[in-house]
Amino acid sequence: MLNCKQATQMMSQGLDRRLGWRERFTLRLHLVICEGCRRTREQLEFLRAATRRYRDIF
Amino acid sequence: MTSIDLGAFLDELRPALLRFARLQLRSDAVAEDVVQEALLGALEGAARFKGKAEFSTWVFAILKNKIIDEIRRRKREPVAPEPERALEDAIDDLFDARDHWAEIPAAWGDPHASLEQTRFWAVFEACVNGLAANPARVFMMREFLGLETDEICKELAISSSNCWVLLHRARLGLRECLSQRWFAGAA
Repeated sequence: MLNCKQATQMMSQGLDRRLGWRERFTLRLHLVICEGCRRTREQLEFLRAATRRYRDIF
Repeated sequence: MTSIDLGAFLDELRPALLRFARLQLRSDAVAEDVVQEALLGALEGAARFKGKAEFSTWVFAILKNKIIDEIRRRKREPVAPEPERALEDAIDDLFDARDHWAEIPAAWGDPHASLEQTRFWAVFEACVNGLAANPARVFMMREFLGLETDEICKELAISSSNCWVLLHRARLGLRECLSQRWFAGAA
C-alpha cells in the first residue's frame, strides 16, 4: 500500500511522465481511501492550469 | 500604431515584462537585460500590428524566447548544490511519522473562480517567489516554459529522479502556500 507521501510523489510525476499500469493501479487504490490525496490531486491539476493561465494572461 | 502610441504603450508594458522575467530568472540585472532585448526585438516589427492586444502578445512571445535562451545559456552554471536530504526534509514536514498527512489538505471550493480575480495572481506570484531557488527554477522551466522533464534534466545536468523530487517539492510547497494564503476560509 502507498502512503500519502508516496502517493503525492506519484501524482506529481504523473504530471511529467506516463505512469506505468502498476503505479496507476496502486495510486487508484490509495485515492479510494484517502480524501486528503484526492484533494491534493485536484489541487495539483489546478496548479498546472493556473500556471498556464498566468503565462497566457500576459 | 503610431510611434508615440508605441512608446507610451511600451512604458506601460515594461513593468509586467520585468515582473515576468524576474520571476523566472531570479535576477534583476539579467531580467532587465532580457526585457531590453525583447523590447528592441519588438520595435523592429511593431508596424505590422494594429491593436495593442495583438502587439503585447507578440512582445511576450519574444520575451519568453529570450528567457528560454537565457536559461539555456546558464546550463553550464550548475544548480547550486542543495543536498537531497534538505529537499526531503521540506516535504517531510507535511507528513507524519508514517508518511500520512500531518494535516489533511483542506478543500479549495471552486478554485477556478479565483483565476478571474486580480488579487489571486498577486498571492500566486508571492507563493512562487517564496519557493526555494532550485525547486522554483525547475518548476518554472516545466510549467511556465512548458519544457519536458528530459530537457530540463539535460539543461541543468541533474538526474531525472532529482528533477522529480524538485518538482514534487515545488508543487507541494505552492499548494501549501496557496492553501494558507488564499484558499483558507474560501472553501
